[in-house]
Amino acid sequence: MKPEALLHPTPAGLFCPIGNFHVDPVRPVERALITHGHSDHARSGHGHVLATRQTLDIMAIRYGEDFAGSEQVAAWGEEIVVNGVKVMFRPAGHVLGSAQILIEKDGMRIVVSGDYKRGIDPTCDPFEPIACDVFITEATFGLPVFHHPDPKVEMEKLFTSLKQFPERSHLVGAYALGKAQRVIRLIRDNGYSDPIYIHGALARLCDYYQGQGIELGDIRPATIEKSKPTEFAGAIVVGPPSAFQDRWARRFNEPLIAFASGWMMVRQRAKQGGVELPLVVSDHCDWPELLSTITEIAPQQVWVTHGREEALVRWCELQGIPARPLHLVGYEDEGD
Amino acid sequence: MKPFATLLDRLVLTPSRNGKLTLLVDYFRTTPDPDRGYGLAALAGVLDLKSVKPAMLRELVMERMDEVLFRYSYDYVGDLAETISLVWDGGAKDVADHAPQPRLSEVVKRMNSLGRTEVRGAVRDLLDRLDTSGRFAFLKLATGSLRIGVSARLAKQALADMSGKDIIEIETLWHGLTPPYESLFAWLEGRADKPVLATPAIFHSVMLANPVEDGDLEKLDPADYAAEWKWDGIRVQMSSHGGTKKLYSRSGDDITGAFPDVVEAINFDGVIDGELLVGGTKRTNAPTRTFSDLQQRLNRKTVTGKMMDDYPAFVRAYDLLFQGEVDIRADGFLTRRDRLSEVIDRAPHDRFDLSDLVPFTDWMELDRLRIDPPDPVIEGVMIKRKDSPYQAGRLKGPWFKWKRDPYNIDAVMLYAQRGHGKRSSYYSDFTFGVWTTTEEGEQLVPVGKAYFGFTDAELEVLDKFVRDNTIDRFGPVRAVKATPDFGFVLEVAFEGIARSTRHKSGVAMRFPRISRLRQDKLPRDADRLETLVAMIETREAKT
Repeated sequence: MKPEALLHPTPAGLFCPIGNFHVDPVRPVERALITHGHSDHARSGHGHVLATRQTLDIMAIRYGEDFAGSEQVAAWGEEIVVNGVKVMFRPAGHVLGSAQILIEKDGMRIVVSGDYKRGIDPTCDPFEPIACDVFITEATFGLPVFHHPDPKVEMEKLFTSLKQFPERSHLVGAYALGKAQRVIRLIRDNGYSDPIYIHGALARLCDYYQGQGIELGDIRPATIEKSKPTEFAGAIVVGPPSAFQDRWARRFNEPLIAFASGWMMVRQRAKQGGVELPLVVSDHCDWPELLSTITEIAPQQVWVTHGREEALVRWCELQGIPARPLHLVGYEDEGD
Repeated sequence: MKPFATLLDRLVLTPSRNGKLTLLVDYFRTTPDPDRGYGLAALAGVLDLKSVKPAMLRELVMERMDEVLFRYSYDYVGDLAETISLVWDGGAKDVADHAPQPRLSEVVKRMNSLGRTEVRGAVRDLLDRLDTSGRFAFLKLATGSLRIGVSARLAKQALADMSGKDIIEIETLWHGLTPPYESLFAWLEGRADKPVLATPAIFHSVMLANPVEDGDLEKLDPADYAAEWKWDGIRVQMSSHGGTKKLYSRSGDDITGAFPDVVEAINFDGVIDGELLVGGTKRTNAPTRTFSDLQQRLNRKTVTGKMMDDYPAFVRAYDLLFQGEVDIRADGFLTRRDRLSEVIDRAPHDRFDLSDLVPFTDWMELDRLRIDPPDPVIEGVMIKRKDSPYQAGRLKGPWFKWKRDPYNIDAVMLYAQRGHGKRSSYYSDFTFGVWTTTEEGEQLVPVGKAYFGFTDAELEVLDKFVRDNTIDRFGPVRAVKATPDFGFVLEVAFEGIARSTRHKSGVAMRFPRISRLRQDKLPRDADRLETLVAMIETREAKT
């Protein structure tokens, strides 16, 4: 069987004609398999959704309980047959509940890895390599310039800055699902026990993470209306990066904007966003991790979804690994 | 290197002056000698470090990396030093992160002791031993392009803040001291007396003018102000004291060695502010030559006799700061000018003349003179308050510069290309054209390319137009729709225009930028190639 007969790109996303299902579809479909809860991968309005318990919970938090016609839980490593096609969910190490999906039929094995990373992250299960014929990888940071340093060392920059500018509120930008909780956890692991203030958009997901046994310590809303600016002097405030551009941020005392993202590796990207303190903390693979993952899995073919696919395809060519870009549309290649 | 590299990383992204000062003071307090002195020199732009050519850096990278992957990386990052700092070692994890890194002072000493054939190996070794930030800092220093928004003045302000000393005192000492400034730091920290200067002919910070903006002049009485021509040379300061003669650029760089013809002719003691030009003085009746002639003499350490014959340099004097040893900077401009006039009268006629005053009675008259000056090497007028003391820095009020308006045309967007670095997600490089008649009828011919001048908001508009109206693609370049009745008209401003054999249109613009978006105009209203040719002819008629 040719891999394209088992899975191929369509305008709605990757489609398995034999199993009649889509993976991470970008428009409403009859049957969807979802890798993780980020909104470009997990959309509402599908007929039937198969995903991990945590991804289903996150979708319910974001879209309401009726986000899909019906839902089905995929347990780690459980073999599920969908219209004669075997599928299996294994951890991807991206955010809480994030999965790779193995799709198998007549000996042809394709792994859709979704978004994934290899670095240590106490807020989710670690990536497990799966042997396969076709490995479908993201390439968000698919350029040799991206090397994510040790997140602990990055977080030390935040503490140095708190000492240098003790009067300023340190606003740490982090996406609401995954990054925010990971950053708070990193701050705690550094021994910081003061309250951490969060933007309202983070509240439900932080509660959910804590309910799943991920300790975030004393977190409080940063949204008290009558608050005085000095109240947050020298405090750490975590919020979605978009909030720092608007009126919300003005309540703080001389706010110092930090941003926890893999993009912070490139100075101009930080400068463009008005970021004073870049913290290179990413939930995606950096370049060396992409290469080592492909080398470790040693698939027959590599398909590259979204991001900077041309460089990764080029590297595969140099290694003699057949590779092609899938040109899928509708995925965020800038989010991290 | 680590403390300096960390400092650079923070300074680049810290917009506020106070924030920068906090970081600088912290660096000077916590970094030991001699590293902090070299760091200070680097920030102030006076660090002497053996330079490394970008071509050699590329070769070093290619030893270990695929060229195509490097190109993708460079396209994305947009800055050579930063790209190399990130991709070095072909993508392996940073092994250097925890190993001890070479100190800034070691890097400086090592680089400056190298023979010509040893540079390549030493740079490779340093890049291997430094971490990402360290590589970036080192490459920025070695390629001489440390643009981090810190002026020498700000660095000195940090020294004043850390010590409680007066910045004027620090500035006066500054040009008599050399890196790593150990005696300066010892004095700032109260461990030693104030350093004694070896060179008396020191540089004094220059007075700068603000550009005239809308409404500035209406509020001012023309009778309070004098005007001078603004010559298109470089601003210099001549400092002569007890036989020591120095020529400094306006930022305090010592350029004495490149202009012995001027320096040897100095026959006065004192400090003069003026414009360095090439050609003849008024008093020799030979014409002042253009900036491109002056460029032949710039950025050289030494100069040949032939060069001095072909491009003789002279100084057109604007101001007198010290007469002999007497500081007259507190006197009014016209008073200082009278004294300057006496000094220049007695100075060699072929090397020095006095900048003329431009008589005028009202701003309208001065505006007319500014737009149509009597000499092509004039780029506008300077307006100086008659009683203004000479004050270092760019104060608003006493001095203005009023430049000739740049050239302007309306052109039509033809092609767009993705930008680099922070603009890599936008179509931000635009090729534009004007109308001309060909055998096939009226056509748009490309005349130039511009990638700045617009605001971020305007860039969004331009980018959207490109995405919505692409008719063809050539690699990273998109062709956009441009017909007489549909297209995007851009007002393009530029500093000069000349004939060119390299461009199909036969013209080349100097420094073109997009000054306005003209969505109110149709491409049929855009300018014609003949208009551009006429601009060249007018200019040629003047020279």
